[in-house]
Amino acid sequence: MSASRSVRHYPGFRLLSLVFFLWLYLPIGVVIFYSFNDNRLVSVWTGFSTKWYATALSNQSLMDALEVSLVVAVLSMIFATTIALLAALVLTRAPGLKFRRVSETVVNLPLLLPEIVLAVAVLILFSQIGLNNGMVRLVLAHTAFCTPFAFMPIRARLQGMPLDFEEAARDLYAAPFTVFRRVTLPMIMPGVFAGAMTAFVISMDDFITSNMLNSGGATTLPVYIFSLIRQGTTPELNAVSTLLIAASLILATLVLVLNARAMRRSA
Amino acid sequence: MSKGFRIWGLVPAWALMLLTLILPIFIVAGVSVGERGAYGGFEWSFDLTAYRQILFTLGWTDELEFDPKYLIIIARTLGYAAGATAISLLLALPVAYWISLQSARDKALLIYLVTLPFWVSMIVRVYAWLIILGNDGMAETVYRFFGGSDVPGFLFTPGAMLVGMVYSYIPLMILPVYAAVEKLDPALIEASHDLYGSRWTALRRVIIPLASPGLVGGSILVFVPCLGTVLEPMLLGGGRQLMMGTLIQNQFGGARDWPFGAAIAMVLLVLVVLVLILNARRATRQLEVQA
Repeated sequence: MSASRSVRHYPGFRLLSLVFFLWLYLPIGVVIFYSFNDNRLVSVWTGFSTKWYATALSNQSLMDALEVSLVVAVLSMIFATTIALLAALVLTRAPGLKFRRVSETVVNLPLLLPEIVLAVAVLILFSQIGLNNGMVRLVLAHTAFCTPFAFMPIRARLQGMPLDFEEAARDLYAAPFTVFRRVTLPMIMPGVFAGAMTAFVISMDDFITSNMLNSGGATTLPVYIFSLIRQGTTPELNAVSTLLIAASLILATLVLVLNARAMRRSA
Repeated sequence: MSKGFRIWGLVPAWALMLLTLILPIFIVAGVSVGERGAYGGFEWSFDLTAYRQILFTLGWTDELEFDPKYLIIIARTLGYAAGATAISLLLALPVAYWISLQSARDKALLIYLVTLPFWVSMIVRVYAWLIILGNDGMAETVYRFFGGSDVPGFLFTPGAMLVGMVYSYIPLMILPVYAAVEKLDPALIEASHDLYGSRWTALRRVIIPLASPGLVGGSILVFVPCLGTVLEPMLLGGGRQLMMGTLIQNQFGGARDWPFGAAIAMVLLVLVVLVLILNARRATRQLEVQA
């Protein structure tokens, strides 16, 4: 064993990997650390303080941007997950379906193309058809690029699930919708949840499209943060960033733990 | 599944993508051959001014003068995207390979650690590098600590942009590379050793060829978003060196030249579609070889 291991191991790979992981977490650590800095200057440490969190939370524009982001993310999550669920059901459960490959490509299209091109495309479309409501614009555009992220885990779950249960339900004269509601949906729920959460995070994080569609009353949190960064780095920005990091990490852990548990159960 | 559901189950997805993606891309193509409106925006027509503008400027007497400034931006974008992809590849192979040698539990944990930063908002990740590389930031402190006297200024350099791009997209490289090296049969590496192949030979002749689907897949996942990147050039590059993403952004923001912005967006789209077509052809060729 030890001889075979030594052949497969490469000198330096371990050190490189450790340095890599340090580098991966260094920026996140730096932002969190300096968010507790008392000093007005970000990188000059003078003492521990939580005052920047108070400043951030009492910043009305920031709270407005957060509200826009949350509303857009929740609505886009609901629409994207519903659309992705319907598409995944058809694409995995309809034998001999025509246009299967092209339909899968269409659902995944936002992943294949650069976001800036899609952002320009929706901006021109919306201005051409005279759609001026900033929130509607954001929800429509976000729903489009969140759909593939919701689609992937749902489809994976549907493909990994044995067909016996649905067949048994049908043999017992369950109507198609009853089969879906009582058998399929409960079994793919972890995938649906993971897809919905991913869609939510992708929408919350988006900058390029939201910035292109930015208008009064429809400024999302990343776009507002960007405008703050342009004015200069402040510890308040670090506090906001730290709160965002905490929220992202909690959601990510939730999704990954649920996924791992679902995989174990199905295995 | 009822016949009806088969049809209408896909309708929302198709309708969404047709309305917000496919149709709008055709409109962008239309705008790129349109005319610049007097007060921003544009007017429909068929006019190749925007494309001509990429290669030529109008001289004193309205004659066309070749001007490579936009070609330089396109070349620069390709260069940075290729550079970031190459660095990601060189880092990802050893890291993914090392992860694949760990115990099952550690593997799951390490892959989780690779994906975790990717969930953190892009703007926050770029901002973090802004602090590290900025005035009196961590990079300068470390530089001084090791005896550097005059600090070169790390921010707003090509290096800063590359660090930001690699940091933003490297999980997209590690995951497919890991998936490929994880399936690698250790007996093959041992066989190469038994045949007096050095570690380097095993890496070059066994590991890299067998992991190549993952290496190529990861490269595309990094290269494509790097081509359209906006935040890194604006914040870490200081906006002085334009990339295609920022150039497009400017045309729809301050410069208000929609046809030109649309033309650059079409060039970017064509570049990406070319990469995807080349990859699809390579994948089918590989399948034919295997069959």
